[in-house]
Order: sequence, then C-alpha cells, then structure tokens
Amino acid sequence: MASKAVYSHRDPMLKKRDDFEDILEERRNTSDLRYALRCYTPALYKGLTPCTASQLKTMVLQSDQLLYVINQVSKETGTATDEIQSEAEAILEEMAHRLQLSTIRFFAFTLSKIFKTLFRSICVNEEGIQRLQQTIQEQPVVLLPSHRSYMDFLLMSYILYTYDLALPVIAAGMDFMGMKIVGEMLRMSGAFFIRRSFGGDKLYWTVFSEYVKIMLKNGFAPVEFFLEGTRSRTAKSLTPKLGLLNIVMDPFLKGEVFDISLVPVSISYERILEEALYARELLGVPKPKESTSGLFKARKILSENYGSIHVYFGQPVSARSLAEGRVDRSQFNLTPRHIPRKPSEGIQDFVNDSAFRLVRSQEENMVLKPWVLLAALLLQNQAAGNKLGVLVEDLTEQAVWLRDLSRQFGAFLHWPDHIPPSRVVSSSLSLHRSLVRVSEGRVQLNLEPGFPPPAMTPEEELLSKAVVVLSCASYRNQVLHVFIRAALLASAIHSVAGSRKQEIFNAFSFLRNMFSNEFILRPGAEVQDFEEACYLLVKSAVLQVHQQEVLVTDRGHRTLAFLTSILDPFVQGYQMVCRFLCEEAAESLTEKQFVPGVRKFFIKHLLTGGLKYVEVLSSDLQKNALAALLRLGAVQKLRGGADEGTLKVNTVMVNSLEDTLGGKLPTQKPLAARL
Amino acid sequence: MASNSSGDESGRHQTARHRLSVIAGHLQRPSDRNAALLAVDCKAQGSKPNVKTSDRDEGRTVPRRRQEIMKWNGWGYSDSRFLFNKKGQAEFTGKRYRLSGMIIPGLKDWMEGTFGANLQHKTQATPVLNTSAVQPPMLNEAFVEELKSTGIPFSHEAEDRVFRAHGHCLHEIFALRDGKIGRVPDMVVWPNCHNDVVKIVELACKHNVCLIPYGGGTSVSSALECPPEETRSIVSLDTSQMNRILWIDEKNLTAHVESGIVGQDLERLLNESGYCTGHEPDSMEFSSLGGWVATRASGMKKNIYGNIEDLVVHIKMVTPRGVIEKSCQGPRMSTGPDIHHFILGSEGTLGVVTEVTIKIRPIPEYQKYGSVVFPNFEQGVACLREVARQRCAPASIRLMDNEQFKFGHALKPQVSSIFTSFLDGLKKFYITKFKGFDPNRLCVATLLFEGAREKVLQHEKQVYDIAAKFGGLAAGEDNGQRGYMLTFVIAYLRDLGMDYYVIGESFETSVPWDRVLDICRNVKARIIRECKDKGVQFPPLSTCRVTQTYDAGACVYFYFAFNYRGLSDPVHVYEQVEHAAREEILANGGSLSHHHGVGKLRKEWMRETVSNVGVGMLKSVKDYVDPNNIFGNRNLL
Ligand SMILES: Cc1cc2nc3c(=O)[nH]c(=O)nc-3n(C[C@H](O)[C@H](O)[C@H](O)COP(=O)(O)OP(=O)(O)OC[C@H]3O[C@@H](n4cnc5c(N)ncnc54)[C@H](O)[C@@H]3O)c2cc1C
Repeated sequence: MASKAVYSHRDPMLKKRDDFEDILEERRNTSDLRYALRCYTPALYKGLTPCTASQLKTMVLQSDQLLYVINQVSKETGTATDEIQSEAEAILEEMAHRLQLSTIRFFAFTLSKIFKTLFRSICVNEEGIQRLQQTIQEQPVVLLPSHRSYMDFLLMSYILYTYDLALPVIAAGMDFMGMKIVGEMLRMSGAFFIRRSFGGDKLYWTVFSEYVKIMLKNGFAPVEFFLEGTRSRTAKSLTPKLGLLNIVMDPFLKGEVFDISLVPVSISYERILEEALYARELLGVPKPKESTSGLFKARKILSENYGSIHVYFGQPVSARSLAEGRVDRSQFNLTPRHIPRKPSEGIQDFVNDSAFRLVRSQEENMVLKPWVLLAALLLQNQAAGNKLGVLVEDLTEQAVWLRDLSRQFGAFLHWPDHIPPSRVVSSSLSLHRSLVRVSEGRVQLNLEPGFPPPAMTPEEELLSKAVVVLSCASYRNQVLHVFIRAALLASAIHSVAGSRKQEIFNAFSFLRNMFSNEFILRPGAEVQDFEEACYLLVKSAVLQVHQQEVLVTDRGHRTLAFLTSILDPFVQGYQMVCRFLCEEAAESLTEKQFVPGVRKFFIKHLLTGGLKYVEVLSSDLQKNALAALLRLGAVQKLRGGADEGTLKVNTVMVNSLEDTLGGKLPTQKPLAARL
Repeated sequence: MASNSSGDESGRHQTARHRLSVIAGHLQRPSDRNAALLAVDCKAQGSKPNVKTSDRDEGRTVPRRRQEIMKWNGWGYSDSRFLFNKKGQAEFTGKRYRLSGMIIPGLKDWMEGTFGANLQHKTQATPVLNTSAVQPPMLNEAFVEELKSTGIPFSHEAEDRVFRAHGHCLHEIFALRDGKIGRVPDMVVWPNCHNDVVKIVELACKHNVCLIPYGGGTSVSSALECPPEETRSIVSLDTSQMNRILWIDEKNLTAHVESGIVGQDLERLLNESGYCTGHEPDSMEFSSLGGWVATRASGMKKNIYGNIEDLVVHIKMVTPRGVIEKSCQGPRMSTGPDIHHFILGSEGTLGVVTEVTIKIRPIPEYQKYGSVVFPNFEQGVACLREVARQRCAPASIRLMDNEQFKFGHALKPQVSSIFTSFLDGLKKFYITKFKGFDPNRLCVATLLFEGAREKVLQHEKQVYDIAAKFGGLAAGEDNGQRGYMLTFVIAYLRDLGMDYYVIGESFETSVPWDRVLDICRNVKARIIRECKDKGVQFPPLSTCRVTQTYDAGACVYFYFAFNYRGLSDPVHVYEQVEHAAREEILANGGSLSHHHGVGKLRKEWMRETVSNVGVGMLKSVKDYVDPNNIFGNRNLL
C-alpha cells in the first residue's frame, strides 16, 4: 500500500515503493524447529576466496597497513614490535566475531517464538531482498539499517537467514559485551565489538579498520553497521557518524575493489520496545547500563502487543556512482596505499555527503502508521492548551486531511484505505492506549497521573507528564522528515514581513542552518532544499512561487499553520536554550553542567507558564541546540588546562540568534549563497 | 660491406642463419635476398618520381606505393587475412606466416561463444577506394614548384594520400571500411635521405605548408590524422624510402641507420652481418625506426635490449630551426637535460628524425620459448613480481588472463582432428594436464629466453623454480610460441571481427606493482559495465595481460571487443567505453601510456598527467623550435 503520490522527475524522493510480505505468517503455520534447522545455502560474492574466521585474523595481522603501524608505534614508543604485535592480536581477539551457523539457528528458533508473541507481523519488501541477493553476488555489500531498537541487528540477521541470504557481520558497541552470555551469543551470531572511543589509538584504529576492510574486500560477508552510530531515542534520524563509512569507502576509493554497494535498510516499529525507557533517558533518568537482566526487564511485558514491524531494503547505492564526478581517485596515486593518511578534505566532504544521502533514503523508506499522524495532531492540540481534548470526529477529519497532505509530500504512509477512517483512528488509539485517553468522545494525551494519585511535587508531576509527551513526540518525530523542508519554508514565510523571495530564502537558510543538527539536512544543499519545499507547497496548492515573490493562496493557510506549529517546539526550545545561556550561564558553565542547568531552567519556566512545550525537556533537543551554537561560533568550548570543557558564551551573538529565531530580528546577512 | 675482420665468418653466418629462422619463426618471410650494407650517398637528385631505384628497393619491404602490397582499409599484407571458408572453418590465407594456409578449427566456436557473433551476419567492407570520395588536393603551388626542382619524388594521387591519412585506431579503420574519408594530406613526398628532408622542411617553412612525418603508419593514437581545422596545404612526409643502414661499427656495437627503415628490414639486414637490435615491438613488420623514436616505442624483448630510449646513441632531427644533434657518441652525458628526450616522444610535432645511431648486439646463440600455467591470475602476477624483484626476467615474459588464454587456444591451428570442438579441446587440455586447476580461472605466462645455450637453460630453471613457488606448472614451448605468434596476427583478427559486427582494440598502461591486480580487475569491470550502460547487446570481451616487467611496476595491455549489432553508432559507443576505461586507468594509478603515445586520442589528459608546468615546458620548446607550427599534426599539446 505504498502511497499513491504523483511521481515527478523533479522530486526523485517520490519513488515507487515495493510491496511487503509478512514473514511471521509462515512462522505461525509451520514448525519453528524445522525452520531453524533447515538447509541454509546463501548465494555468495562471486569474488569470494573462502576463508575461516582464523584465516581472516591472520590476514588482518599480516596486512601491510597493520605491519606499517606496528613499526611506527614501535619507533615512537620504543616498545618492541612483537609486543605491539601481541597487543594487536589481543585487540583483534576482543573485537572479532565468531559467526556460527548453530548460534544463528538457535536465534532463529527463539526469536521466532519471541517475535510471534511480541509482534503482529514482520513485513519485508521481497523485491528489496531479491535486489540484495543479486547485489551480494556482484559486489561487496554494506548493510545500513536505521537504528531505533536493540532488536535491530538480531532482526536483520533473522530476516537474512529467513531469506537464505549471506549473514552479515555487524559492528556493535562494546557495551553489549558487558552482557556476559548475550555478548558471546551476539558474537557468535556475527557481531564484532568496537570500543566506543579510541580517539588517538592508532593501533586500535588500524586493527579495527583492517578487520572491516578485509572482510569487505574479500566478500567474506556483508558488513553491517549503523550510520547513526547509536539508537535514536527520539525516532528522528541522527546525524550520521562517519568513521565506519570512511572505512568501507576506502577500498573502493583506493581501487582495491571495483565497487561497493551500500544498502540502506529502514526498520520501522509500530511501537518501540524501549518507548518509555527512551523518554526517561531523555528526561535525565540515567541510562541503565546495558546488562543482560536490564535487557530482559526492558521487555518485561512480553504479553504486550507491539504491533508490526516494517523492514524495507532500499535500492543498493553504488559507492562508484556516488563518487562519479565528485572524487578524484588519482589522489591516492602518489603514496603507497598502506600508509595511513588522514582523508583529504574532498574525501571527507564526499563521505559526509554520502552519509546524509544514505540516511535520507533510510528516512524515505520508513513506513509511517496512522498513529504517527495522530500523535502529531494530538501534540499540537495539547500545546495549544486544549484541556478538554479533541472530539474523535474532529481528530478523524484532521487525520484524513493530514493523510492526504503527507501523501502529496511523498510519505510512505500505511493507511488502510479499505477501512473507514474512523476505525483506523480508533484502532490506532487503542494500540497506544498507554499514551492517550478517550473519554466522552474526546481524545487527549494521557497526562493525568495514574491511580491512586501518588503524592507528587509539581516537578515530579511535570516530569511524569513529560514522559508521555516525549513518548508521543517520538511518534510525531517519525513524520518530521516528510515535512521538514516545507516546515522550514513555512516558518520562514511566517517570520518575514513581505513576500520577497530572496528574503524568504534568507530566513529559510537561517532556520535550516540553525536546525541542521536537529534534522537530516544535507550540508550545502540549501538551494535544493528550498526548491524542493517550494515545489511541494506549490504542488499542494499552498503557495504560488514567482520569479521574485512567494504568495500564499487562500487555501494554503491551514497547511502553513500546521507546518509552522510542527516546527514550533524546536524553535521555542532553541530560543530558550539561548536565553538560558545569556541569563544563567555563569562564567564557569561546563559542558557537563549544561544539560542539568538547562533542564532546571526549563522546568522553572514550564512551571511558571513561561514555556509552552513540555517536549523541550528532551536532552536531545538541548544538546542539538548547543551543538548548533558551537558550530555557529556563538558558544566556544575551551580546551586544555583547568578550563577544559568550559563553555564560553558570546552573549551578543546568542542574543541575536534568539531574537532572529523569535522573528524579532530580520535575518541579517544571508548565511548561504543567494538564490 | 661492414668489415668482417674476424676469422669465424662461417660461424657467424651460421648464427645469422639461425637467427633468421627464428625471425621467420614469427614472421616467416622468405629472406633470400642479399642487401648491401654500404653507406650510400643520397642520390635523390638523380631519381625521378615514381621510378623504382632498384638498388634501394633490394631487400626492402615497403615500396613507395604501399597499396601494392598492403591493404588500404585493414591491417597488413593484402595477401594475408583470416576468413571463414566454405565449410565454415576459419583459415589464414597467404604464405608469409607460420599460420598461413592453415585451418583454425576453434576460432568459429570461440567467436560465436565469446561475442554472440554469427557467420550469417556479415558486414561487407568497401572493396576499393572510391577516389571521388576524396577531396581534391589543396596544393600550395609555389611549394610544389620548388619541390619539383629538387627532384624529390611526390604524389597527389588520392590513393597515396588516403593511405597516409590514418593509423590503425579502430575508428580510422572502421571509417575506411565504410568508405568514409575525412581530411587527408594534400600530397605525399618521399625524401631519400637526410638532405632531402632538410630541403623539404626549408621549403615548407618558406611557403607555410604543414608537414606531417609518416613512418610505418602503425600509429594507434590518432597521431597521423590530419587536423580537420588545418587550412594550409598538408604534406605527408613519408620516410619509407630512407631505409638504409649507413654503417655498422662493430667496435662500439652501433649501427647508423636512416629513420624510415621498418623493423623487419632492420633486423634482417643486421642479421646478415650477425647482429640484431633486439627491438621488437609487435608492429615491427611495418613500424619504422623514426616512428619508434617519435613515440617512445617499446619492444617485447626490452628486458635484454632495453626500450627505444635505451637503444639510441645518437639522433639527428631536422626542425624548422635547423638540425638538432649531439656532437659525440658518448654513451652517457651530463650536459643538462638530455636533448634526446625532447625528440623521443615528440610525435612528429618538432621535426623529422632522419638518422639514428642505435646499439646492436651479436645475434644470440640460442632461443627458447616456454610457458607456465598458474591456477589464477593473482598467482601469476605474484610470480612476475617475484621475477622482477630477482631481476631475472627472460627476454620476454607475458602473463595472459583466463579469457586471453582461451583466446590463444582458439587460435590453435589444426594439427590433427582429435578436437571436435574448441571447448572440448580446452576441457581435454585442462583435465589431462592441470588437474585441480579451474579452467575458468587459470592463466598462462609465455616466456622467451635468449642467450648462450648454457645460460638459457640455467635461466629457464631459475624462472620455472620461482613459478613453482606460485603454483605455476610448466606448460611447454608450444603454448609459449603460439602466444607470441598471436601478437603478430591479432591485428589481422580484428579485420575478421569487423567482417562479423565485432569491433575492438587494445590499449596499454604502466602501473606500479602493488596496483597491477587492482587496475586489471577494475578496468575490465569498467569496460563491461560501460558496455552494458551504453546498450551493447552482448557481453564484451574484456581481457588483459601483463606484457612487461620493470623494477617498480609493469606494463598492462587491455583488449576489448564487442558485437555491435543493434547499435546505431558503434564507433561512438566504442570511443565512450575506451574513454571511460582510460579514466579508470588513471584513477587506479596507471599512466596515460606506456608506449603507444598520446597523439590526439589521449591529449585531453596531458595536463593532469604532466602538470601545468610540464605542459608549459613542452609548449615553450614547441614555440621555440617550430614557431609557425609547420609540424602541425597537433599531437600531444
Ligand atoms: C598491431 C600493432 C602492434 C603494435 N605494437 C607495438 C609495440 O609492441 N610497441 C610499441 O611501442 N608500439 C606498438 N604499436 C604502436 C606503433 O607501432 C608504434 O607507435 C610505432 O612506434 C609507430 O611507428 P610508425 O613508424 O608506424 O610511425 P607512424 O605511425 O607512421 O607515426 C607515428 C607518429 O610518429 C611520427 N613520426 C613517424 N616517423 C617520424 C620521423 N621519422 N620523425 C618524426 N616523427 C615521426 C608521426 O608523425 C606520428 O605522429 C603497435 C601498433 C599496432 C597497430
């Protein structure tokens, strides 16, 4: 039921999407045991030279790169090379996977059981699977799933096993290793573990990157990792991390393989297992250490219904075609390729740009459930101060309106058209009854404390409301990528007095720049994004865009109002962060103190009514705002000495950013190029 | 006669005879004529146009009217060609080569299997040149008048002019077969000696005529094409009649030779006095000494004899500024940048090379072919690398990939009829000889050893021992020899392909050792991908071989051909693919060219290849030497 958007050559994002098949259906009808034990014969890479895991290790330990770095480190530190060699071996030992079919079979069996109880269906686009199967045979493959849940990588391997595809090796964070047995099980199902930070450790980096590259080049297995680096707690895609992408691009850029296929995979959960956990974490309940028992607690309610999962294997993206005309590969001609070099600026830009494209294609193929639209509407309603809630009929009308709008915008919306909208709405509400309350025909967020009302301080009460709001926001956030460009444009139009296109573009660029740590906005693409936003809003009859002018149509106001308010919590949040920095940031505010400080400041203002959106309590938003201010140079982080980590605020600049955000100041100089 | 002071004249003649039979081994041209090795004065003044001067032509291959013995729209001798006979079997006609008159049973299967070609689908080349399609010559009357008074022969007949308007790039031959003729020289002159050239260049400068030197016409870089934008009268300066060995100096082992001599004549004439240059480019039957110098050519036995730049001791070149040459024949000099290196690779843009002193060697006592089969290409490359590391490369060592190995097999002439089909034959071969080798992965190296018998055998053992370390198994002299024969007939095969909708070409590069495998894989894959993208209906043949080894790298040759049925502009597609392949080569650390040169075909990459300053240096030399662009073929820059 892909959206029936009008396809146009102008917005390639509005692609036709494949249909889904539910893989649990067969699991409900045939023996799990037989499934787990069935014959598994995946098609392999044509250039594969078969080798065992231990041969693989030898290849890594004897690679030119590693030997070079070992020598270098030995010269620098005066340590004997064999000592460093054994250090390298130890690192590799700690890191390496031990993929075993028997473990996969064990997981195939147990996960079948678990999945069947937790989920209604696991839907996979089979055409994507077929494409992947083809690609695996032709090129080394990198799998790039979105990351929303611990489930993600087991789920991936489960699906690949189900379809008889080559099992991936997966880059996993070291924190998993803390979970004794599970860690080892994961290792045997193909995970390899990397330390979270190994900044300057040359040896570690080399072992790690050689390990990944050798597996990739030899077609040993598809390499899987999360571009976002970590699970997104907000359901918004995270700004991509480049380390691993740099590593997997390297063999292509240096000509060691003809091409690499990067396959974005979008995993959308109707309900995320970690839903409430994430909200708490964002509100400052410290992240529980990822211990085995914790993981089990996280899904304490095995009886709950988590709806369906959609996994969309996107079109494989060839590294070669990404690099075509962008990268001069001959830059590697003049030094031996095994000598580590910092990637040139051109390469860094290229990898960064590619990463954004890939994350964006993950976003585009995320399946959106009707509930996502309802969450957006209910949050806006709640923020508007409507204490009584909205009539179910009104909500349904709004939802249908928003459904049509998002389809026009190319959203991958799974709205069952054969069911009357009122039933679609009511069944969505009932699946998420922990977040909403329906009474006397009215719906609102479930913000009242449960029974019996415990004695709570106003602050505690606020935080418990915030848990619900943030959970709800994590659904609304799923649709943001559909609207973000248009929302930036709507807000820009709102903030500019006239209708002059250039001014609107300047305001758009300002906002886009401000929020580029918050949303996936490809660096340097402001003109393209502006045009895309204009195109979508013209197509949906909201705007008329002329040579010099941008005019709002009569019918357009509703859409613009919706779009502005969808961005509004972020605008207000960023403004308040600015205010905090100007008003409260004492001389010695450190980065560590920033989030707790902002939180206190926000709570104060929320309680006194000076702040409308509870969701600004999200530490994610706060950190993104700080990152933006750091990037823009309005705040500086001191390095070294006693002041390490102290934030130095440029009050004048922060103030003016706040005012510009609030529309009190016109966008001064265009931040980017002219239209 | 060069002095033959030593007493063992008969022994020397014996070796000479042996050497001749070896050369005949891959060329097999009857060489019963005797050529005088006398320094002859230039008699051009006396000779009249279009009159044979018999003493000169004695033993020389190339007549003034090339069309008398060579194809005007294909490769090589008119009497030698591949065709499918009435029984549908491939056959090589003529008497000149080892393969001549033989049936090649496997070729049909191979062509059909590799290209999806079909003997029913034939394209006919224009049989004779339609002279009315040739633009009438645009003559510079004053130049012609003065030239006449010198007595230097010239012609403005259409056939002569068309023949000198092209080299052997695919697009050039394809157009000729199609009967399409573009800009051609307006006249052809045949100087007989250095002094003739001096006169011609003087007249050209005086009357502002464009001169294009023409040696053997084997260029594969569009170097001989007339620039279409040239508005002056274009004169092709054909050096083919300047083909004498002027003297041989046995004390220093050098020979002083006129630049127009073609490789096979040079070798044959030297052989008669017991010497050789050892310079054997695959085109040596037709390419000339001057052409080699002008393109920085490379011969297959460079491991023993060196490339052309290692072989030349002295060069004389006539430029618009006058004659450039060194004052002595010292074997090495430290006198600033070597001026020879302005001449080597100048591709006819600075002047005409007229005489060259070249090193000669006594004919080797013994020669032996060999071959080694490797389980895969990776192992083969590793072996060549090791051979280069130990600096024990034989006279020639070449590694063919799997596709080329099969191709080589397809060219096995009929000896007995045990092979019913090509594929059966192949299978039999693998199964009986190389158990455990995957017939679709194995590859073969061909070897040529030269020298004293003892030493050759020793050397052979050393190389085979290294090969064994990389899983290589000796596969006999026969396979080796056939490999080398292939290089002489491959250009003929292209004509056969073109008869059946198959077009192709080879191109080369040089690359550091650590990049060899990567470049081979990537360029071959790029060719396949580009063909697919450009709508080629059948998978192309995309193959490579490593043909030369150096201390720091290797020379790699790519062959690429496809069946173009269903394409409206096959040559354009071909050119796009070749262009993409070259980009891939450069992106993978390969050079713009190892020996074919730049010409006009690869000009666009010169700047990135030699840097801005480099281009500036070359340009300033050109500006000084030839300010009016008399040598206006517009190669290189
Ligand atoms: C089948 C085949 C195999 C080949 N194999 C090899 C090989 O193994 N190794 C190799 O190096 N090349 C090879 N080539 C390429 C070609 O043979 C060489 O470039 C050769 O050196 C060209 O010599 P030519 O006499 O035919 O020159 P031409 O093709 O006539 O001319 C080539 C260029 O040199 C200039 N030129 C010619 N003579 C003179 C002169 N006397 N003074 C100044 N400029 C002059 C011309 O203007 C032109 O720009 C091969 C070509 C073919 C078709």
